[in-house]
Amino acid sequence: MSGHSTYNPTSGFGKFMDKRLPLARLVHDSFVSYPVPRNLNAFYTFGAILMIMLVSQIITGVVIAMHYTADAGIAFESVQLLRRDVSYGGLLQNWHAVGASMFFVAVYVHIFRGLYYGSYKEPREVLWILGVIIYLLMMATAFMGYVLPWGQMSYWGAQVITSFFSAIPLVGETIREYLLGGYSVGNATLNRFFSLHYLLPFMIAGIVILHVWTLHVTGQTNPTGVEVKSKQDVLPFTPYATIKDAFFVVLFMMVMCYFVFFLPDYLGHADNYIPADPLKTPAHIVPEWYFLPFYAILRAIDFNIVVPFTEIVLIDSKLGGVLAMFGAIVVLFFVPWLDTSDVRSTNYRPMYKIFFWLFVINSIFLGYLGSRPAEGIWIPLMKASTFWYFFHFLVIMPALGFFEKPLARPASITDAVLAKASNSGASQIEGTAAEPNTKG
Amino acid sequence: MSEHTHDDATRRDFLYIATGAAGAVAVAGIAWPLVSQMGPNAREQAAGAPVEIDVSEIEAGQLITVIWRGAPYFVRKLTEVEIKAADDAQQSEFRDFQPANERIAAAEGATPQWAIVAANCTHLGCVPTKVDTGLNGWVCPCHGSIFDVTGRVIKGPAPINLPLPPFVFASEDTLIIGTDQA
Repeated sequence: MSGHSTYNPTSGFGKFMDKRLPLARLVHDSFVSYPVPRNLNAFYTFGAILMIMLVSQIITGVVIAMHYTADAGIAFESVQLLRRDVSYGGLLQNWHAVGASMFFVAVYVHIFRGLYYGSYKEPREVLWILGVIIYLLMMATAFMGYVLPWGQMSYWGAQVITSFFSAIPLVGETIREYLLGGYSVGNATLNRFFSLHYLLPFMIAGIVILHVWTLHVTGQTNPTGVEVKSKQDVLPFTPYATIKDAFFVVLFMMVMCYFVFFLPDYLGHADNYIPADPLKTPAHIVPEWYFLPFYAILRAIDFNIVVPFTEIVLIDSKLGGVLAMFGAIVVLFFVPWLDTSDVRSTNYRPMYKIFFWLFVINSIFLGYLGSRPAEGIWIPLMKASTFWYFFHFLVIMPALGFFEKPLARPASITDAVLAKASNSGASQIEGTAAEPNTKG
Repeated sequence: MSEHTHDDATRRDFLYIATGAAGAVAVAGIAWPLVSQMGPNAREQAAGAPVEIDVSEIEAGQLITVIWRGAPYFVRKLTEVEIKAADDAQQSEFRDFQPANERIAAAEGATPQWAIVAANCTHLGCVPTKVDTGLNGWVCPCHGSIFDVTGRVIKGPAPINLPLPPFVFASEDTLIIGTDQA
């Protein structure tokens, strides 16, 4: 955040470095004296949880890569070797696999928190867009990581996902061959996925730095959606946010440990313990749970889009499904402009609040539909649910801003905090104990 | 200083343009091999040569799966009932209609009774499962596309029929997939 630094090196070495490479000053200003709104709730700790998850995935990933062989002939075997014969290999592999799932749990909480509190609204559009880019990179990384064990789901997942590109008219097949490095998913595909799976997390780390940078330029939102106005509204990052983040990281890790130690395969698929077989498709190809809503959208489009009253196919069902699926993510980039309300926090938007929770329920339902076979009643439900997904972003979000009457918002964060404290009968808010160091 | 300012091109202009041009050529020169290496390599291409299959052992109603270029292909010997069902089917039952006789093949002089089609669903590449319920020949387990015995799509997200690979019968018992030149 702009404003003068309060970093004051005391040791000789600190002063020496501060004149040459003021890294300690950067850390101090970003993570010690940096002012955060005093009313942040637990949902605001997921940024820190995500940072920890990224680091955890990189560390375990680098380690298990030392035991992995990216060769279609022995990749499956090398993962089994890692799990059974490498000291603590099973633990490390589980941690990495469960970690991917928990990473997505955290990112979904983080995204929905952003949607609820309007964290994408002016002036935080770039912050939001960088977040969507990180989410896209996470999906690419997770997909390619899931291919590496070279089990049945790995293989057929790769088959299905790379087929998306063959939906592109004219050049699709060639693009697919270039992605696969062959005429079908094979050794060349496995090798390049391994290479990229190793690269992308570091690209994510790079974008995360930009994401945090924009956050520190604009400052954080908070549950009231009212911008920080005075020193009374903020607290220094350390110790207040630091300890809160750390506390919720610990809680989150306890949940993660439960899965790692007691249910390591609960979030995976049994089929992936069968070596990849190009001749036999598993009965149900199901992606990992975090892709299920998009998988449902993909399968909802089972019809060609034709020029009205003719039989000329504009978009065939395959391309239509792929476009809808990618569209479901692309629409997120435009959320800052699709939402026409200038009230940030959904707490003060009585109508949007209902639609927000409908959207959450619909997203979870889409995920459930993604796990169902594409037959019978599930198909019309997929279509209805997909329709609602887009209707929310493209119609409700823009329209509500024009005729929704928001509730009265507090004049400042401090007002909101004091009102809450007096309502709940709390004795006295500590007004002076927390003097923020910077701001202004 | 001012005596050098005139409209003619200067040495600096020349250096700007020459450096920029060299840079553009270098970028293209670097990008080309970087993209090109992504494609199927020479060994992969060589391994994609046509394959020869002995079909003498296959009975009517049976199906074998052959691999060419790493992808599976169905070779299915149709029964008379199946051929009749495919012939009699109405055009309106299909999304991507093609006459049955264009999709049923045979060696020269023999009765057409072979359906030779790609075994990857045209939706997203899953291998369809064989079924024998009259006209229906395959059902895709992934997203529910249904194909007739000759691989024509009847229902589901698959936009087009199962493609026919290039193939030729070298003799009545020998099928070659990968080329249509005998």
